[in-house]
Amino acid sequence: MGIAKSASAAASGGLSDPAIDRKVTVYVMGKACEVPATATIMGAIEYAGHQIIRGAGCREGYCGACATIYRMSGDYKIRTGLACTTMVEEGMVLAQIPSVPAEKVVYDIEKLKPNVSAVQQTYPVVFRCVACNTCTRSCPQDIRVMDYVQAAKRGDIAAITELSYYCVACGLCMLRCPAEITQPLVATLAKRLYGRYLSKNSPELAVRVGAVADGRYDAEYAELMALGRSALSDRYYARDTE
Amino acid sequence: MKLSYYPGCTLKSHARNFDESTVASMARLGVEVKELDRWNCCGTVHGLASDDLMHRMAPITNLIRVKEESANAFMTSCAMCYNTLKRANQAVRADADALSTINDFLSLENTKYTGDVEVLHLLEILRDQVGFEKITSLVKRPLKGLRVACYYGCLLVRPESVAIDDVENPTVMEKLVTALGATPVRFPLKTECCGAYHTVGQPELIADRTNRILGNAYDGAADVVVVSCPLCAYNLDHRQQEARRIYSDFHPLPVLYFTQLMSIALGCDNAVLCFDLHHVDPQPALAGLGLV
Ligand code: SF4
Ligand code: SF4
Ligand code: FES
Repeated sequence: MGIAKSASAAASGGLSDPAIDRKVTVYVMGKACEVPATATIMGAIEYAGHQIIRGAGCREGYCGACATIYRMSGDYKIRTGLACTTMVEEGMVLAQIPSVPAEKVVYDIEKLKPNVSAVQQTYPVVFRCVACNTCTRSCPQDIRVMDYVQAAKRGDIAAITELSYYCVACGLCMLRCPAEITQPLVATLAKRLYGRYLSKNSPELAVRVGAVADGRYDAEYAELMALGRSALSDRYYARDTE
Repeated sequence: MKLSYYPGCTLKSHARNFDESTVASMARLGVEVKELDRWNCCGTVHGLASDDLMHRMAPITNLIRVKEESANAFMTSCAMCYNTLKRANQAVRADADALSTINDFLSLENTKYTGDVEVLHLLEILRDQVGFEKITSLVKRPLKGLRVACYYGCLLVRPESVAIDDVENPTVMEKLVTALGATPVRFPLKTECCGAYHTVGQPELIADRTNRILGNAYDGAADVVVVSCPLCAYNLDHRQQEARRIYSDFHPLPVLYFTQLMSIALGCDNAVLCFDLHHVDPQPALAGLGLV
């Protein structure tokens, strides 16, 4: 709609909408690209003609697939962001990080205890942390990453779970960590341990699971499954959220 | 009296007996121990390379946290944390360039460190701020008849610049246990190194140290040994298993934190003693004197 409006403004000889037409230059894989100033990094890369195959998922800041590192010209700082939720700025030099290699340790949750021994057995690399806080600086979710790594060092599973709650596993912290720690994997371990050993027993959950098993929601579910895409999308965005 | 408290990682895991007995016994002395809201590992060991600034980040970040909580001093009971934090503090106080590089690197912090926080060990607080007479006046269960070997190891007294007491013959713990009603024993090897991290790669070496150090305490007719460091505690307590295997004349001895003796004497709840964390059970020695 906005584009139609600006096109008609141009056609009638009036001024175009500067917010929409303004372009900025960003560097995608080293190449200068003129992109709309209102674009996200992801939108800009696609606008520049690239198809993103691996480094995109939800496009809404939840899945962590679109990790990006960048610098601004004239600034020494290396910056990080999620491509789908970070807006472009003039002079951004971009690099996409579709995945960060990290070894997921296989463990049997029943054989672990929710204390420091679980961290020692699975991710002993945690104890290499030098508390430089680089991980916190690189987190696009503004998580105090170092604080949860430090909680891991002392086996405080509840604190790791709480501090890392909004982690989207983008991997940027582990890419920047001088001690080569795999922070999001440690966070996942803690959440599993918390769920298995520390979370409060919720009687409401059993009631709800029973209701599902009894077929109480079958009709509603069938109705949803029969909806078309746009009706489903309307319902999704109109839903109650906490 | 209120005191900012830095527990350290080990006191929150394998040495909970040290943490809990610190907090409980200080409360009995009328000191409110306030654990810092945010803290990280102390750095565990003070690197000797003067240009190894990366390993100063951990201790200096903690000093920034203390400032953020509007304190200008804090206390720790772990000898290792004390030593690491205090030496890092001295190193940056003596080297303005290093401090400014560290502050630049820690650009996320809103507070700059300027060398303005004091690192104190709990034994210093007990001696200089609480006072042994006051401690004696608050004792509920005097440790009468308990013969105690006070072990300092290295970290409380070396190097001299961080020593909390006389480097060669520290006596602050002897004065403390005397205030609690116990009898300190003659213990010439009280500042002998326990072998520290060699426990990982060379347990036999630690067994040898343990045999010698505890043998010396045994010669002084000690009932128990008290320490202020979780690594000394581990080496002297848990490595008794190896010592017993290797040395036929080795006599096991219970190893406690000095704060555990304080907790007993000041009448704290026995739950804070966490004796399940000990290798050699201190209870028989204490029960023999009616102390637990
Ligand atoms: S903690 Fe690490 S992996 Fe998780 S969101 Fe932050 S930077 Fe990404
Ligand atoms: S980046 Fe790595 S070493 Fe630095 S604080 Fe974070 S986990 Fe520790
Ligand atoms: S695509 Fe999912 S967070 Fe960006």
